[in-house]
Amino acid sequence: MTTQASQANFRTCPTTGLQVHRPAELLITVNAVAAVVFLTVGGILALLLALTRWELVHLLPADLFYRFLTAHGITMLIFWIVFFEVAGLYFGATVLLNARLVTPRLGWAAFALMMIGALLTEVMVFTGQADVMFTAYIPLKAHPLFYLGYILFAVGALVAVYLFFASVVVAKQERRHTGSLPLVTYGLVVAGIIATFTLICGAITFIPAFFWSLGILETYDPAAYRLLFWGFGHAAQQINLAAMVAIWYALATLTVGAKPINEKLSRLAFLLYILFINLGAIHHLMVDPGLSVGYKIVNTSYLMYLAVLGSMIHAYSIPAAVEVAQRAKGYTQGLFGWLRRAPWGDPGFAALVVSMVMFGFLGGVTGVIQGMMQLNMMIHNTLRVVGHFHATVVAGTTVAFMGLTYYLIPLIMRRGLISRRLASWQPYVYGSGLLLLIAGMMLSGDIGIPRRSWSIAGGGFSSLSDITLGMVGIGAIVAVVGGGMFVYIAVFSLLFGKDLRKQS
Amino acid sequence: MSLAAPERIWWKPLGRDERLWVWVSVVFCLILFMVMIAWHLVARQTTPWETYAVTPERYTQITEDFVEKYRVGVEDGIPVVRPPVGGDAYLLASTWQWYPILELKKGQTYRIHLSSKDLQHGFSLQPPNYNLQVVPGYDYVMKLTPQETGEFRIVCNEYCGIGHHTMIGKLIVTE
Repeated sequence: MTTQASQANFRTCPTTGLQVHRPAELLITVNAVAAVVFLTVGGILALLLALTRWELVHLLPADLFYRFLTAHGITMLIFWIVFFEVAGLYFGATVLLNARLVTPRLGWAAFALMMIGALLTEVMVFTGQADVMFTAYIPLKAHPLFYLGYILFAVGALVAVYLFFASVVVAKQERRHTGSLPLVTYGLVVAGIIATFTLICGAITFIPAFFWSLGILETYDPAAYRLLFWGFGHAAQQINLAAMVAIWYALATLTVGAKPINEKLSRLAFLLYILFINLGAIHHLMVDPGLSVGYKIVNTSYLMYLAVLGSMIHAYSIPAAVEVAQRAKGYTQGLFGWLRRAPWGDPGFAALVVSMVMFGFLGGVTGVIQGMMQLNMMIHNTLRVVGHFHATVVAGTTVAFMGLTYYLIPLIMRRGLISRRLASWQPYVYGSGLLLLIAGMMLSGDIGIPRRSWSIAGGGFSSLSDITLGMVGIGAIVAVVGGGMFVYIAVFSLLFGKDLRKQS
Repeated sequence: MSLAAPERIWWKPLGRDERLWVWVSVVFCLILFMVMIAWHLVARQTTPWETYAVTPERYTQITEDFVEKYRVGVEDGIPVVRPPVGGDAYLLASTWQWYPILELKKGQTYRIHLSSKDLQHGFSLQPPNYNLQVVPGYDYVMKLTPQETGEFRIVCNEYCGIGHHTMIGKLIVTE
C-alpha cells in the first residue's frame, strides 16, 4: 500500500477546501441513491399499513397486510438504513480524511452483492413466498432464497465495512491527514466495529436458517434463533445509533460551527457504545423462556446502564457545543438567547433538533423504560415497542440522515437544492407526523394492542383504541407527506438542481 | 470542528459542569440497575423464569391428559377446564387457537404452563395487559394469582400466519 493515490482522481471542494476522491464520490452517490429508493418503497408501504391498522379505514386485506408489513420492516430497517450507512462510511473515510477509497472496485462488488441480496429478498416477499415478518422467527418458514438474500446482503455490507476500515488505515499511512481522526470519523469507526459484530451475527443466524429451509438441517431451535437473530436485528439498530450520533456532531459543526467541548468525553462515550450497547439485544428476550434472571438483568441493563451513560454524555455535549458556538457569535442575550437565534430555517439544523429531541425523549427514554425486565411484561409485542423503534430509527436516525443529505447534495453530488424553503420545512412536517404516529402507537400499546395484527376485533380492548389507532393513521399520513417532501427534494435536486460543478 | 482532526492534545480534564453531569448520570444508571434487582427480590410481580425443555408432541399429550382429567364443560368446541386449586394448569398454543379455556378461582395461586404445538406465539392476557413469549420446545411456567373475577381474553401477539389475529382465547376467574 505504498503507492500514492493519483492526484488526478481528486477534486478540491470549493466550499470546504477538502480533497474529494472522485471514485469515492461516485460510490457515495450510488449508495445514497439506492438508500432513497428503498426509503420511498418503504414509505409507500408504511402509509398502506397505517391505514390498515386504523381500523376505521382498514384498507388492506389480511394477506397483503402481513406481506407488506414484512416488506416494510426489511426495506426500512435493513436496506434503507444500511445503504445510507455505507454512503456515510465512505464519506467519513475519504472526504473527511482528505483521502482515497482504497479499492473502488471492491466498493462496487459490495454494492452489487448488497443489491442482489436486497432484490432477492424483496422479490421473495412480494411474491408471497416469505410472509414471515422482518424477524422470520423459526419455525415459520420462508423460501430458501429469502434467507440467501439476507446472507448476500450481509456479506456485501461486510465487504463495504472492511473497505471503510482499510481506507481509514491507508489514509493514515499515506499521510493524507495528521493527528487523531476527526470526531465524526471516529464515531463512524465505532459504527463500523458494531456493524462487523452485527453482520457476522446475521450470517450466523441466516446460514443455518437457509439450510433448514432447504431441509438439509433438520431442526433449528427457535429460542436459539431468537438469541442469534436479535444479535443481528437489534445490533443493526446500534450501528444506526453510533452513525446517527456521529452525524449529530457533523450537523452541529456544519450548521452553527460547533466544536466538541471536550473531545475526550465524547470519544469516551463512543467507546462505551462499543463495549456495552449490544447487550441491549436481550431486550427482545425479556419475557422468553429459557434464560436465567441474572442473564436477563445483566444484559438488559447494558451492564449497569453503561451504554446509557454514553448517550447521556452525548445528550449533554452536543447541545453544549451548539450553545458555546452560538455564544461565541455574540448571541449571549439571556439564558436562551443562543437558542432563539439558532438557524431554525437551516434544514440541517432543523433535522438535528428534531432528531435529537425525538430520539432522546421519545426513543431513548422509552427504550430504557421498556427494556426493564419487569416492565417489559406490560409492553412485550404490543404497539408500544413499535412506537419506541419508530422514535429511534425513524424520528432519530432517519431524520439525521435526511439532514446530512441536505449537505451531501451540494457538497458531494454538486447540485443545488431544488427548494431550500421546502427543505427547511421538511424536518418539521416529518417530525410532527411522527410525533402523532409514535404517541398513537405508544398509547395503543399501553392498552395492550398487539403489534403485527391485522385486526384487534374480539380482543376486548378499550374503546380508546379508536382514538389511539386513529392517531397512528393520521400521523402516518402527515409523516408520509414529510417523507415525500424529502424524496422530492433529493431526487429533483439530483436531476434538475443547479449544477455546481460549473462554479469550481 | 468535529469534521476535522482535533488539536494535538485533546485528552484534557473535564470541566466542572461536565464532571457534575457525568456523576449525576452514573448515579442515575446505578439506581436504575438496583431497582431491577430489588424488584425481582421483593416485589409481588416479576417476570417468570421457570422453564423446562419439552417436545411439542409431549407437551400436547400432557395438555390432553390434563384436559381429560379436569374438564367441566365445553364452549364453542373448546373444553373448559377447572384445574385443582393451587395446582398446575396447562395452556397449549397452536395455529390459531388457545387450548383449553381455564377456569381459575380468585385469590388462589396456580402454576400455569405455556408452550406451543407448532410456531412461536405470544401470550397476551387482556385487559390486564400481561405478555409472555411462547416458544415451541420450551415449557414456560408462571405463577398466577387472579385478583378479579370475570372473563379475560388471551390474545396472540406474535405473528403466526394469516389467521394470527383470529387467535383469541379465554380465561375465566370465579369466586
